[in-house]
Amino acid sequence: MSIDKVVNSAPRAIEVLGGDLTESSLKRYLNGIPGVDAVGLEARAADLGTRSIKTTSKAWALDTIISLIDLTTLEGADTPGKVRSLVAKGLTPDAGDPSCPRVAAVCVYGDMVPYAVEALGAFHGDGIEGGINVAAVATAFPSGRASLAVKLADTADAVAAGADEIDMVIDRGAFLSGRYGLVFDEIVAVKEACRRADGTFAHLKVILETGELNTYDNVRRASWLAILAGADFIKTSTGKVAPAATLPVTVLMLEVVRDWYRLTGEKIGVKPAGGIRTSKDAIKYAVAIAETAGEEWLQPQLFRFGASSLLNDVLLQRQKLATGHYSGADYVTID
Amino acid sequence: MSFLEYAAAPESTALLNLQSEYGLFIDGEFVAGSDPTFSTISPATEKHIATIATASAGDVDAAVAAARRAYEKSWSTLSGRERGKYLFRIARLVQERARELAVAESLDNGKPIKESRDVDVPLVAAWFFYYAGWADKLDYAGLGASPRALGVAAQVIPWNFPLLMLAWKIAPALAAGNTVVLKPAETTPLTALLFAEIVQQAGLPAGVVNIVTGAGETGRALVDHPDVNKVAFTGSTAVGREIARSVAGTSKRLTLELGGKGANIVFDDAPIDQAVEGIVRGIFFNQGHVCCAGSRLLVQENIHDEVVERLKTRLQTLRVGDPLDKNTDVGAINSAEQLQRIRQLSDIGEAEGAERWSPACDLPTEGFWFAPTIFTNVSTSSRIARDEIFGPVLSVLTFRTPAEAVAKANNTPYGLSAGIWSDKGSKILAVADKLRAGVIWANTFNQFDPASPFGGYKESGYGREGGKQGLAAYLQAAAAAPAVSATAATAAPAVSATVTKEVAR
Repeated sequence: MSIDKVVNSAPRAIEVLGGDLTESSLKRYLNGIPGVDAVGLEARAADLGTRSIKTTSKAWALDTIISLIDLTTLEGADTPGKVRSLVAKGLTPDAGDPSCPRVAAVCVYGDMVPYAVEALGAFHGDGIEGGINVAAVATAFPSGRASLAVKLADTADAVAAGADEIDMVIDRGAFLSGRYGLVFDEIVAVKEACRRADGTFAHLKVILETGELNTYDNVRRASWLAILAGADFIKTSTGKVAPAATLPVTVLMLEVVRDWYRLTGEKIGVKPAGGIRTSKDAIKYAVAIAETAGEEWLQPQLFRFGASSLLNDVLLQRQKLATGHYSGADYVTID
Repeated sequence: MSFLEYAAAPESTALLNLQSEYGLFIDGEFVAGSDPTFSTISPATEKHIATIATASAGDVDAAVAAARRAYEKSWSTLSGRERGKYLFRIARLVQERARELAVAESLDNGKPIKESRDVDVPLVAAWFFYYAGWADKLDYAGLGASPRALGVAAQVIPWNFPLLMLAWKIAPALAAGNTVVLKPAETTPLTALLFAEIVQQAGLPAGVVNIVTGAGETGRALVDHPDVNKVAFTGSTAVGREIARSVAGTSKRLTLELGGKGANIVFDDAPIDQAVEGIVRGIFFNQGHVCCAGSRLLVQENIHDEVVERLKTRLQTLRVGDPLDKNTDVGAINSAEQLQRIRQLSDIGEAEGAERWSPACDLPTEGFWFAPTIFTNVSTSSRIARDEIFGPVLSVLTFRTPAEAVAKANNTPYGLSAGIWSDKGSKILAVADKLRAGVIWANTFNQFDPASPFGGYKESGYGREGGKQGLAAYLQAAAAAPAVSATAATAAPAVSATVTKEVAR
């Protein structure tokens, strides 16, 4: 672990682990975190999933869910036209209801950032009322199999093009082989690459790819590792690996950010991505957020859904609440 | 608005088709009771639900006689396979009427609908399915070839899991070939009476299942009846003692499922978030009205503060209120009497110097309610660490070593349940080996399965319910005396000796 390089850029780790930040001190710390009982965690998640969210609570939850969506297109076939269409959908989710909230961000590949920024025009950025952020996946997404130099260039490129948020992937190979220091250093370096010319930073979401980490103990350690290295958000998955986001994994990551808040008073965001397609599922996540981390996490600064098809299902449910009857797929727009 | 104040999501009571008045279920029919009727109320609102008959000694006599006739004429002449068919039919009918039974249970008992819907009623069906499968396989119950039924079983059950306790009692008894007379608790007779309807629907031969309602007097008349061969009781240790005394010296077989003061042991290497969930499930499940509740939390001293802090945070999300709301976690206390006892013991805990804490929660003004409560700074000699409170009250104690945890866990007159929380498998096995409790859960709590025997050590009772062991309580080896009328049978000294010995402990 290259101590000299990271010392200045990893203030959280130094604060929590002390000054002598080494691979072994990091490993000792992560291995000392209490374990996760898989059966118990899954039972807890299932229990949260039985909450019955009706009427006014449901209406509030649906609107909130829309405002937490990172509307995503991550295909090899993406084009400027597809991205413009996605942006338009994010700005006007329901063509028949101008009161419908906007999504939090659009999430695209790095080379699509300029088109997203252009399409958003005056609606770009979260500093403004009703603004939408541009999130870019980077660091050789989804596998992360590239040299650090390539990953950093990938990141810097997207930031320079106007990305407000960077969704990076960790090196799962390094993590699984126990090289925590390498994973840590990469996150620290990518965070540094998120620095804009004016000294501000693009928000960093760290994708753990929980489907490849495989065990809940690994997910918990990786979550702590990412936060210690400077993540603003911890994110479950790329959406390219099954299983993607699950409720138990998200509950676990919410427990980590809750514990981090207890320890330091600092709030970290959580983003489940991939596989959340229905309002019913998304409401289960909303319940899990409120009852695990707390209601204040139900805001775009602290929680996002990485999703594409979820939005339309939420819109159908929203229309149903307003009119009392179900419409159909042709009453919501495709992007 | 606050999202966490979830909008009301009440389960509809529309599908309940209750009678305004229920009689006794004797010989396949509902008949009027001879003693004055009583009212069963909803503990959440104190509102009247239905008028219930009281069985006099004469009514109990009629019920036992019906059970005896059914045993001799129909039930004992059926093959195990045929008995199994009836039990499967009951199990399916329970599933078909699951929602109705769940609503009735929550209404009458006060437990949250999510528990009656997701725990009680599914387990009731599971119990009947499980023992239905055993009915034609009794040769493999461990009592040799062709074991025999005992005859008529007198069964008295408590109010905490009214329908589930009924299933625990009736399913193995019928599978083994006995007929039964069951008395549900005075405060929760409703689902037993709905079950009587299911018995009718299933076409069970008349008299195989008889339900007599009433209070302690009815129970006493049933237990003391000279023509019952078997007494099975679940309830308080005090009543259990009385029953053991009355049964001693007769040929009646006896199983007792009594009180508990379960230790939930949390080691410093426990999966902490799941342990907190387990503590909550251990003591606040069913308002703590659970004989095997984890009412004593033994937490390793070095993590005491952290566990208590996390527990308090978690308790703030518990929703106390209308049992029929699908989001309610903690319902109403079953009766004014029980509420009084919980209050009294909690006040004693405070007076003895323990620190009392409850989350802020608005309790309804009508009905019987008690906020989830934690006592810290509890010493082993405190009454709240010794007496069974049978309510949502947790006593937190500490230990330093595994040996001390075992010593403190076993230091109780009871011995029904215990829990161990640790990520280290070898430690779990070593500690479990030394705990004197009938059920020990590792990294979980309050889980039940019909295949797993359940029962206690010491003052928690004797005999096992569930599993193959649960069948043995309703069977005798083929060589034993034929099950004739209990009055004519000679006393079985071995059984009474066991009873006396256990009671003397």
